[in-house]
Amino acid sequence: MATISLTVNKKTYKIEAEDDTPLLWALRENLGLTGTKYGCGVAQCGSCTVLVNGVATRSCVMPAKSFGDAEIITIEGLAENGGEALQDAWIEHDTPQCGYCQAGQIMSAAGLLKANPNPTDKEIDQAMNGNICRCGSYVRIKAAIKTAIKNGGVS
Amino acid sequence: MKKVNLSRRGFLKATGLAGSGLVLGFHWTGCTPDGTPAEIAKVVLEPNAYIKILSDGMVTLMSPVPEIGQGIKTAIPMIVAEELDVSWDQVKVEQAPLAPDLYIRQAAGGSQAIRQLWTSVRTAGAAGRRMLMEAAAREWQVPMEELTTNEGVIHHEKSNQSVTYGDIATKAADIEVPEEVELKDPKDFKIIGTSPKNVDVYDIVKGNPLFGMDMKKEGAVIAMITHPPAFGMRPKSVDDSAARAIPGIKDVFTITAFPADIDTPWTGNNAFPELVVVTGENTWNVMKAKKALKIEWETVTPGENTADHISKMEEQINAPLTEPDRIDGDPDAAFKKADKIIERTYSAPFLPHNTMEPMNFYANVTGDKVEFEGPTQTPQRLRDTTAKIFGIPEENIKVNMLRAGGGFGRRLYGHYGVEAAQISKKIGAPVKLIYTREDDMTQGTYRPDYRVKYKAGIDAEGNLIALTVIGTGTSGGPVVPNRFPAGAVDNYAAKNYSLDSNITTGAWRAPRSNFIAGAEQSFLDEVAEACGKDPMDFRLELFERSKTDPVGEKNDYDPDRFITLLKMTKEKCDWDNVPSGVSRGLSAYYCHNSYIAQIVDVEMRDGKPMLQKAWCGVDCGIVINKDGAINQVEGGILDGIGHAMYGNITFNNGVIDQQNFDKYRLIRFEEAPEAIETFFVDNGIDPTGLGEPAMPPIPGALANALYRATGKRLYHQPYIFELEDKDIDLG
Repeated sequence: MATISLTVNKKTYKIEAEDDTPLLWALRENLGLTGTKYGCGVAQCGSCTVLVNGVATRSCVMPAKSFGDAEIITIEGLAENGGEALQDAWIEHDTPQCGYCQAGQIMSAAGLLKANPNPTDKEIDQAMNGNICRCGSYVRIKAAIKTAIKNGGVS
Repeated sequence: MKKVNLSRRGFLKATGLAGSGLVLGFHWTGCTPDGTPAEIAKVVLEPNAYIKILSDGMVTLMSPVPEIGQGIKTAIPMIVAEELDVSWDQVKVEQAPLAPDLYIRQAAGGSQAIRQLWTSVRTAGAAGRRMLMEAAAREWQVPMEELTTNEGVIHHEKSNQSVTYGDIATKAADIEVPEEVELKDPKDFKIIGTSPKNVDVYDIVKGNPLFGMDMKKEGAVIAMITHPPAFGMRPKSVDDSAARAIPGIKDVFTITAFPADIDTPWTGNNAFPELVVVTGENTWNVMKAKKALKIEWETVTPGENTADHISKMEEQINAPLTEPDRIDGDPDAAFKKADKIIERTYSAPFLPHNTMEPMNFYANVTGDKVEFEGPTQTPQRLRDTTAKIFGIPEENIKVNMLRAGGGFGRRLYGHYGVEAAQISKKIGAPVKLIYTREDDMTQGTYRPDYRVKYKAGIDAEGNLIALTVIGTGTSGGPVVPNRFPAGAVDNYAAKNYSLDSNITTGAWRAPRSNFIAGAEQSFLDEVAEACGKDPMDFRLELFERSKTDPVGEKNDYDPDRFITLLKMTKEKCDWDNVPSGVSRGLSAYYCHNSYIAQIVDVEMRDGKPMLQKAWCGVDCGIVINKDGAINQVEGGILDGIGHAMYGNITFNNGVIDQQNFDKYRLIRFEEAPEAIETFFVDNGIDPTGLGEPAMPPIPGALANALYRATGKRLYHQPYIFELEDKDIDLG
């Protein structure tokens, strides 16, 4: 067991977890932030995406302790950290079907718009290719991203 | 207006709580900034199990059917709200637990919920409205016939009086459930046909806990299972020393979740009744311990190979056609007279469901009682199977359904719930069982692998005079003998074989149809071409034949509805004026009581086919939630394209080659069509479902479009191999 310090949604936490505990499970089980989802555990589906220093990052593989004092934003903290327009656009387009992958989708879109406030269609495709939606909501996700850009994007 | 007699509707009588005069519960509608409740709205009346009228004028509507992403948690309450005559803004929705005495068919499957609940939930809403009106009539001493309702308020025009449902409900407690209610005329619908948002959308986008994976239950131990690495095996011995040494691990043991002597259809559809279990304090430690197990397995039945399945199925479909499941005319004689014969074989591999939320369930067994919570499509089957296995009364078992992170048929098979209960019983503590992605993808319950051979005979004038279809698949073939083109061809025969296997199969979004529709519609496209006919005209001609002079006794579709839908689709996509550079494919199919016509437009860019646009015409009768319906259609289209194009499970010696998304390819963002246009036939027919019907035809439209774009006919899924001129990957 190790004491690991994590800065999540602008708060600093100290948790007790095994050295190799991936950030995903530290968030979900040590901090109770279950919005970040387990989908594959091998960084292939994107359900576990969070922002690390503003960059969309898979949380299911990298150990929590490797994040040091990096600023981590999860879906629960996105609205307070510049992502509300994105979540509103997701609601406007009634994007989800089952909804399980959508937190990861939104966080990937947030990472995209932070780096590139006016992406081309191709850039949206590339940024979102790592997130699987089994229900097939990709067309709505694209529309929601475009709506969010019109409504102020991500700050 | 349609009158419904309630005397035959026991579910409303049984739940009529009128007369109790009790305040039945509390509903917290909000909090002030300091956290104290702003207002406590009491449930003042429960006219039946679907409706709770609150003192503040809000209503809570119970949604009885499991929500798996199909939108039923929004759609069913919309129907109740319509007949109750409240505005959608007044409605809060709650998921009802399993209660077979109170609700009809609490199951998500076969696209049947809307169709089978339509009249009963309308009646529930109308009965609630009627009881409130009776209370108002009595209060005001006026005839009930003079009352009108609007958005949760009852009016009496002559005396100029109004009362809200919340206020009058306090005086309705002793009103009897009516014997007969009147249902609205569909032209007066105010909520049905609109597009309210999914009732959980806010919680979904905010990341609030909704799913079984997210729930933390007091005292619950985390459990994971390890099933054999190959179909046909079972555990022999376990060396758990390394696993137990991992911090936080509580126990390692073997269970037989499904005893061999108890028949457990559906729930027990499972190649791996015996499992190795690890329990511990947290998920990560249990995952690590699971990997540290050293298990010796033994072979019970031989492991199978993809190539062997294919050769056995080839043998079946190429045998002479004897004892057909249906025969019209004399196909053999017609083939002899034919000017042209076309014979084509189509195939598809096993597919896993791959719900994004892996299987998981909470169970707490205490004495002869079980409490369950989690994602399931069939809570009643879980309850009944558990009662049978444990030898306890069904009423001792409670099941709470949580929003499921995808279903697609996978959660019709509740073995994971029974496994959780067995583990809980063994350790004497509540359990949350979680499958890894690998556990899920290699468990079986696959869409069967299928193979089908079509043969068509065409006469010198370009008429289709004979058609035969012979199909097979693991644990059941894909052919549906009485569906189109049965009824439209003078000489027709259909035959299904089945292949035995130790790999389990299950219902996967639109069973059989998810394969046979694409095969049939690809074949008919090729036949139309051989007949020298336009694919749209060719299909219309066949439906006209089936309408005016049907062949055979029993044809399971309405050709008229097909004709209307095809004509509408033809107009919407401007069929006769395909833009230059665009290649277009058509497909149409009927299954699960709904009719679908689809168009795919493909454009070649840098030598690569790109999906430009898909069109979808839908006849599912009355549409409940329009945008929700469109969402299901879009999902079905992406699902169908993705699986036909890329989905592939292969196996060697019983071992599944694809265990996670690194090797199993699902459709990705850039592979989706750029746009999808969905339109509905407005015919006022009682509604049918949409969870499944929009998926089956799309592989046909895709293959037909890709043929026109590339010159290649596609016969074997996943299409990507044929499209890229590669051998099909057999693992």
